[in-house]
This record gives sequence, C-alpha cells and structure tokens, in this order.
Amino acid sequence: MNVEVKLFAVAKQLAGAETVTVSVPNHATVLELRNAIGRQHTELRDITQRALIAIDAEYANNDALVPKDSEIALIPPVSGG
Amino acid sequence: MIELTEQPIDSQEVLRRVSSTQAGAVVLFLGTTREFTRGRQTLSLNYECYAGMAKKKLAELETLAHQRWPLVATEIVHRVGVLGLGEASVAIGVSSAHRQDAFEAGKWLIDTLKEVVPIWKQENWTDGTAEWVHPVIETSPIEPSPTDKPIEKAE
Repeated sequence: MNVEVKLFAVAKQLAGAETVTVSVPNHATVLELRNAIGRQHTELRDITQRALIAIDAEYANNDALVPKDSEIALIPPVSGG
Repeated sequence: MIELTEQPIDSQEVLRRVSSTQAGAVVLFLGTTREFTRGRQTLSLNYECYAGMAKKKLAELETLAHQRWPLVATEIVHRVGVLGLGEASVAIGVSSAHRQDAFEAGKWLIDTLKEVVPIWKQENWTDGTAEWVHPVIETSPIEPSPTDKPIEKAE
C-alpha cells in the first residue's frame, strides 16, 4: 500500500515537500515504514532514524502496525516551548 | 485551556484566565526569545507545529497536571511563526490554593511540553544561516505519565 507521511521542520526542508508517499506492505510495522522512508527518500534517511512516528496524532512504537487510511507523521526531535 | 496562536501572546490575558478567588497563588511562565546561544547570535526564531497533534498533547498535559496537583486553573498558549528577540513563544499560567502546587505544576508543564509536544523552532542566526533545532535525546520519552502520586501535604 502507499501511505502519505506528513513532514515537519528539517524533514520538510530536506524533502522540499510537506508530505512524501511511501510504499509499504499491507501489514507493515512502524519499523518497516521507517526503513521504507529511508530507502525510498534517501534524503530523509538520517533524520528518520532520529525521529518518532505518529499515527493518528499519537506516538507509535516500532512494532505497531501502520493502518491503511491513517494519518502518519514523521516527528523529528521536538523543540517547542 | 490550551491555545495555539500566530499572534503575540497577551500574558495579562493568560493571568486573567487563571485568576480566581479560590487561588492563593498564581504562577506565570514565559518562554522568551534569547539573543545568544552557545556563542551564536539569534536574529529571530521561527516556530512550526503539527497543529492537530500539538493541541492534543497540550490538552493531555493539562489533564495530567490537574490529576497530579490540586490546581484551580491552567492556561497554556504557544505561539507559532516568526518571533523577534524577547518575544514570548509560550505562556503557561497556573493557579492553586497554595504556591507549592502552582510552582511544581508550572515547571512540570514546561519541562514536559518541551519533550513531547510536536512543535519545532528554527534559529535564524545573525550570520544569515538558519537551522532547525532537533535536540539529541538520550532516552526516548514518548508519553508523559503521572508516575508519581500527588504529593500529600498535611495542611
């Protein structure tokens, strides 16, 4: 399946886009998604290692499954406040 | 209450929102734009957020703070966009019957906001360069949690 990953901060800057499309197996885990982002968008490989993944606005562990029609975001280390 | 805004923060309004005759203490924290960081000079900061999740996380922090401490009211306002030196990026107002709770909750709110809320700042340095700030995190704190019981005091 193809999923859209929302990008922010340095990731958005590196990709030159607000989202990237990533191809993953139908029952992919977050870990598989991370690896797919790095392979399919090599400019994002390094920041993806340091980032968390959010699914439907909740942080997701590496072993969580990526649902088909969910809102996915790449969350680099935050610096608000 | 929580708010994301692109407007300058009205700290008097934040204080008004948490003030109450039930409170013996009102604490205000402002995060402000500092000029020098590790020898580099800031011209301005640019804040970006993942708005839907940021609001969700700010609301969660507020709920957790009210669970951990006996508070009268809290108000968190975070600004996004470009900020000049000295301008406030975040305001946290806390009121409680007694000051220890307001101070502790206020500190916990800003400390935890800085760990979990999806907001990022970009430094625009005076030398013309700009860089997003992405701190190296030694552990990976994903979720804030009320790990400690509220401190019980005999009063």
